[in-house]
Amino acid sequence: MAKFGRKGKGGMPAISTSSLPDIVFMLLFFFMVTTVMRETTLKVKNVVPYASEIKKLEKKSLVSYVYVGEPKKAFQHIHGTEAKIQLNDAFAKISDIADWIISERLERDEKEVPFMTTSLKVDSKTKMGIVTDIKQALRKASALKINYSTKKEVPVE
Amino acid sequence: MARRDAPEVNAGSMADIAFMLLIFFLVATTMDVDSGISRILPPIIEDDVEPPPPIKERNVFVVLINSNNKLLVEGSPLDISQLRDKAKEFIANPSDLDNLPAKKDVEVDFFGSYEVSKQVISLQNDRGTSYKMYIKVQNELAAAYNELRDELSLQKFGKPYSELSKDKRKAVKRIFPQRISEAEPKNVGGAE
Repeated sequence: MAKFGRKGKGGMPAISTSSLPDIVFMLLFFFMVTTVMRETTLKVKNVVPYASEIKKLEKKSLVSYVYVGEPKKAFQHIHGTEAKIQLNDAFAKISDIADWIISERLERDEKEVPFMTTSLKVDSKTKMGIVTDIKQALRKASALKINYSTKKEVPVE
Repeated sequence: MARRDAPEVNAGSMADIAFMLLIFFLVATTMDVDSGISRILPPIIEDDVEPPPPIKERNVFVVLINSNNKLLVEGSPLDISQLRDKAKEFIANPSDLDNLPAKKDVEVDFFGSYEVSKQVISLQNDRGTSYKMYIKVQNELAAAYNELRDELSLQKFGKPYSELSKDKRKAVKRIFPQRISEAEPKNVGGAE
């Protein structure tokens, strides 16, 4: 009996897995090309608002990010629940922005400095007060190109 | 004969290695595209520089947002849904009304002499305004400009603004330049 049963199943050969590495490599290269390395760990809550009239940011290497929002749960016992600024990996004050802009400029080529953009990634629940302060600080540091980071919203007609 | 000594490398674990790399890249990278509303901040005004001459009131479209996220447009409250149309009417001034911006003949490529309105939109917000509302207003104002440009280019070239060539786009932009001015920060008022 067992003999017969075996013969019936033997009709289907095992699926060859020899091309599996190729498939996975293909996926790997896809992700390597389309994604960028995570540079900072977010310490603030950051849900950017929606807008429809948006432009894509070009030249990511010339963009510096300012994150603004309520500190995440893990940091609330030190930093409270008021909206905070995060530059690179650390919490910062308004007065730190000027120094930070200068250090960002030093990292880039001199020719590229006029094209540098500051992207404001501000949580949608934030009040404008802190944003206004940041804008004033950026003006003083003459980093005038800014971008309010928003997500694409499909217009409802 | 010597060839037989080199054994074939076992490629069975290749998939595992590739998977490991794949998972590493999935975790360590982000895919989000950065997009947003681009603006140029005005440079800081030096104290010894003479302030620019005041702009006539009819040329300014004043938008105030208070700390309760309510809009005050040209002195009267307005709902955000109406802001776009109101701004469009102001910018274009289609029926040459006296209380809407004055126009000046400007020589523009492709259009010849064209009456360009001297509009400026002034946006002021309170420190207590929510960022979400601010972006909504910025978005509506940008949309007003974009729609006007689209309408003009459809009428003139039969194509939407985004499909125009660079020169034509420049010409349309000269007719409807985006002038959104933000006042020096001050408290517009409203309960905290």
